Amino acid sequence: MKATARLSPMTSHPGPAPVLDVDALLDDPEQRIIVCCGAGGVGKTTTSAAIALRAAERGRKVVVLTIDPARRLAQSMGIEALDNTPRPVPGVTGEGSLDAMMLDMKRTFDEVVESQASPEKAQQILSNPFYVAVSSSFAGTQEYMAMEKLGQLDKDARASGRWDLIVVDTPPSRSALDFLDAPERLSSFLDGRFMRLLLAPAKGPAKLMTAGFGLVTKAITTIIGGQTLTDMQAFVAAFDTLFGGFRARAQRTFELLQSPGTAFLVVAAPEPDALREAAYFVERLSAERMPLAGLVVNRASVDPDVELSAATATAGYEKLRDAADEPSRMAAGLLRLHADRKLVVEREGRLRTRFATAHPQVRTAVLPALPSDVHDLEGLRGIGELLAVRDARAEKRA
Amino acid sequence: MADFGDVQLHIVTGKGGTGKSTVAASLALALAARGKTVLLCEVEGRQGIAQLFDVAPLPYDERLVARATEHGHGDVYALAIDAESALLEYLAMYYRLGRAGKALDRFGVIDFATTIAPGVRDVLLTGKVYEAVQRNARHKNARVYDAVVLDAPPTGRITQFLNVNSELAGLAKVGPIKAQADTVMTLLTSKRTAVHLVTVLEEMPVQETVDGVAELHKAGLPVGGVIVNLVRPQDLDDDARAELLAGTADRTALRKALGKAGIDADDAVVDTLLAEGRDHAERRGLEDEQRTLVEGIGVPTYELPKLAGGADLGGLYELAEDLCEQGLA
Repeated sequence: MKATARLSPMTSHPGPAPVLDVDALLDDPEQRIIVCCGAGGVGKTTTSAAIALRAAERGRKVVVLTIDPARRLAQSMGIEALDNTPRPVPGVTGEGSLDAMMLDMKRTFDEVVESQASPEKAQQILSNPFYVAVSSSFAGTQEYMAMEKLGQLDKDARASGRWDLIVVDTPPSRSALDFLDAPERLSSFLDGRFMRLLLAPAKGPAKLMTAGFGLVTKAITTIIGGQTLTDMQAFVAAFDTLFGGFRARAQRTFELLQSPGTAFLVVAAPEPDALREAAYFVERLSAERMPLAGLVVNRASVDPDVELSAATATAGYEKLRDAADEPSRMAAGLLRLHADRKLVVEREGRLRTRFATAHPQVRTAVLPALPSDVHDLEGLRGIGELLAVRDARAEKRA
Repeated sequence: MADFGDVQLHIVTGKGGTGKSTVAASLALALAARGKTVLLCEVEGRQGIAQLFDVAPLPYDERLVARATEHGHGDVYALAIDAESALLEYLAMYYRLGRAGKALDRFGVIDFATTIAPGVRDVLLTGKVYEAVQRNARHKNARVYDAVVLDAPPTGRITQFLNVNSELAGLAKVGPIKAQADTVMTLLTSKRTAVHLVTVLEEMPVQETVDGVAELHKAGLPVGGVIVNLVRPQDLDDDARAELLAGTADRTALRKALGKAGIDADDAVVDTLLAEGRDHAERRGLEDEQRTLVEGIGVPTYELPKLAGGADLGGLYELAEDLCEQGLA
């Protein structure tokens, strides 16, 4: 089953939200970066890939940075296993091109260290147990490294002209905001008093060992053990020279995100949690003066365009459900489906209206739910068409 | 008899979007319906419990969220655990750190330990859950729970989250944090714990569930059941679905049957119903493939329906009843 077969006319409520014109966004040559963000499980990665493909087939030179895509999605881009290097996606039609890659957070971190430190020093850092833990399992590292990679890609794109559009998927973090907070958290961590304290005994004279610090080291030693503290100090000391570089890079990426060439697409499912998360994100973007392109509501139910209410269908279902003959049982089953669908459409409509009322300026595109995951390029293409289909209909109405 | 009657700690995980928090809350209500006093915990700072039970955001303090309404039922309390509060409580409890404790905060160590130091955060979060499970009558004035339900991090991170021991290995080799991790691990790997996985019948969540179970087994963590959530209505049987897919359903007979129910269906209504039926049949076919995979995992499975109106408080009680009937609680 291909996603395109579901290209039936969409008849969902037009809703009060202004329409997001996806194609206009993709066709704008000033648009250099599109960031897809949203809570986990809303179909961010698939949406990013579909948008990247559509942009490429409309003539852009695109690279898409995915985070942990499903095997099937990687395969759908003709690449068995994506890795940290952008690789061309075969089968893209038209003048444009599409490269795809998957973030390898440890590899990216290692590369940063290697590029910033002398070989001996890099080796010293890479083998430190504290570094190994931070670079592979620390919950925020993926966000830091996604930002780092975005910065690198942007630099490459400008230098080589290989790409004119970068589409970024964001990590499946607890909250969509983690991605934005990563550089700030990194900076404040590196500037933290505790970090400076850890450094002090490694390089400074003994008089820096304040009474407060004595207490602190004693407490830390008590809690996590002396060896850990020693490892941490070694890590921090070795890392010290890199800090400035890290901070400057994080700051640059943050500024990049604020530039008018960047557009954020907030992806959500029509569920209270996902839309609440989207609302936080929209507010945060505006507070940070970051450019929001719009909201993509994924997996929406499509309103069956007939005069048969949920209440009538439910009543019919209840009359027929215990019937023995086949046609009645089928009728009962179909009425139940119809009633459920009507209810779901109503509920989703309410949720979307609530969002649109609170955020009337946010342009919205609605993607209908698909029966199966994307398996091939054709499926991704179908999603891209669905994203744009609303605009065509809106024009027709106008 | 409940399948996990002796389990004191139910850990509920699932991929994002599968409804793991809804299932965790329903399980808490189901256990309470069995007469247990239950504590429902969350650790991701999302205030999901408060939203589900429609109460004010939860502090770092156990709050009653569902009072027993029938004789023989138990109460459900809820707690939102955050690492910073857990660390300060832990320090106060075990070290009476006093000045040093305050200094830690002042020097940004609390912040450091809970956001940066890998693994420490998870030890603190699971440590608080451990404390709630281990509490007994010897603790003066403390509320004792018969069961604790943890709304845990998602499937992709659950083994790492629970396997605090190995996460710390190579980092904190000795010291109280390590000792604490060891104690917590003893509970987490025991028969008193069960890790349940929530999925929906779609490819990615099912694949993650299969992988998640394998990882949990490998780490020696006890796998409980798989809860298949958001299951579509099952009213249409195999024959009916085959006819709908093939487009051979008898329109005249269908229209007549609808007429019996008082619905005067014109062509447009019949077309819409048949199209909805065909879509449904198609999805059911795909779901059945996924169900076979879920059953192949080899652990007990439970199914919860998709509630058309969404999982509001009333919905939670419906789901809890389903869980009781199917024996998860």
